[in-house]
Amino acid sequence: MQRALLECVLVGAAGAALGCWIVLYELSYSAESLAHALFPGLVVAALAGFPLVLGGAAGVLAAACAIALAARAPGVEGDTAVAIVITTLFGLGVLIALSSPSPPGLDGLLFGDLLGVSASDLATAGALAAAVLVALAALHRRLLVVGFDRGAARAFGARPLVADLSLLALAAVATLIAVRGLGNLLVAAVLVAPAATARLVTRRLVPMMAVAAALAVACAAAGLYLSYYAGTAGGASVAGLLVAAYVSVRVVRSVL
Amino acid sequence: MSGPLLRVEGLAAGYGGPPVVDGVTFALHGGERAGVLGPNGGGKSTLFRALLGELRPLRGRIDGPARYGFVPQTERSRLDFPVSALDVALMGTLARLPWWRRPGRADRRLARAALARVGLDGLGRAQFGELSGGQRQRVLVARALVQDAPVLLLDEPFSGVDRPSAELLERLLVELAAEGRAVLIATHDLEQVLGWDEVLCLNRRQVAFGRPAETLTRAVLEQTYGGAVVALPGEGEPLGVLPAHHHDHGGDGPSTR
Repeated sequence: MQRALLECVLVGAAGAALGCWIVLYELSYSAESLAHALFPGLVVAALAGFPLVLGGAAGVLAAACAIALAARAPGVEGDTAVAIVITTLFGLGVLIALSSPSPPGLDGLLFGDLLGVSASDLATAGALAAAVLVALAALHRRLLVVGFDRGAARAFGARPLVADLSLLALAAVATLIAVRGLGNLLVAAVLVAPAATARLVTRRLVPMMAVAAALAVACAAAGLYLSYYAGTAGGASVAGLLVAAYVSVRVVRSVL
Repeated sequence: MSGPLLRVEGLAAGYGGPPVVDGVTFALHGGERAGVLGPNGGGKSTLFRALLGELRPLRGRIDGPARYGFVPQTERSRLDFPVSALDVALMGTLARLPWWRRPGRADRRLARAALARVGLDGLGRAQFGELSGGQRQRVLVARALVQDAPVLLLDEPFSGVDRPSAELLERLLVELAAEGRAVLIATHDLEQVLGWDEVLCLNRRQVAFGRPAETLTRAVLEQTYGGAVVALPGEGEPLGVLPAHHHDHGGDGPSTR
């Protein structure tokens, strides 16, 4: 249980801070797609007995580049390109998993297992979360310039393509952190929902990140208790609470 | 007089297809303000993008500074982005600092001084998107001041700007030239250009370049604006222009959002 809580803190802090950029750059769909696109990597790793992180990493970096480049291809709409890339990869993952004589636990890969997080999972998550936060701090000013006015960014020394690729690569890393606990299908919730909620109530980026991170950690911890005592699925409880938080803030704001 | 800060020779630039603007040849010295006139799609922004190094010249050459101060069209920036006026002004330090460095106290002082210079003293903490159109334009000018470059490019800085902002901006252009900088300003206002040192007329190619009073003849204006030219009272005087589209003088007055 303690390990699960710590995992929540790591996933919440790194995912929510990164999620703020994902939301501001309108990359939510790409980020969610990335999580699905790494599925074949997870399946292969599970079948071969490698750590899930390694399998996911191999697939996801290629997928990140494919999505970023496909979205910029002239004549192909971004959404279309992304949809093709992810359905292909996700389908491939399912195909591999189901054609194996001893299928890996698809449940765990798709929906995660917060309570089954091991000490080494935790150490990996910690290292990756630290890497994400350091990278965000280093990229902060460039991301700000590009996000503010993409067309003029180069005149100020920042490149939009580099910013997009960096964010998607970091989203890939965040996905790897979260996938063990939340699963392939629910990772996007921790990236997008806290940031979207924080955006409703803050006016500056750093406060937005702080609120998003606090919200993510709180919802993750609450979801964990809920699943422990009420016997609900862990990842789904966390995701449900995050979305509920967004909806309630939205409703409260529209009433006030 | 020392050599020009910016020299362009036979420049052609475009976006992969045929050139959007061709045959551009001019030189700008320190202390000069030059207006860039032309219809929409005439190549003003394309010229700026080529100068900034975003477009590789198809032909010709550009001898310019390593860095420009740049004021893009204000409506391109996102109003929903969670940044303050000071945050935006500080963006001007990005290219000057090594990538791992964050802006320090000296940079913040510089950015605050730039905001004060455009008359936004005390508005550093204001949300960019909540400022009026003229104030937003001035924040973008402050960002270009922070860039501290020898040549400044301003892309239609007077569009949709209230009168006090426009007057302040005019005075600032005089000051910047007096500091020995060269300033290139895309605009639609002929009257204004007549007060400056040079004018560059573009309509997919260079129509003319020179001193405004001598350069802005009826023939040049007709070629620049495709015939939509109307004479102003006064014989032999330069002419007024009615561009077929694109007059945003509706913005004369603080914008209300």
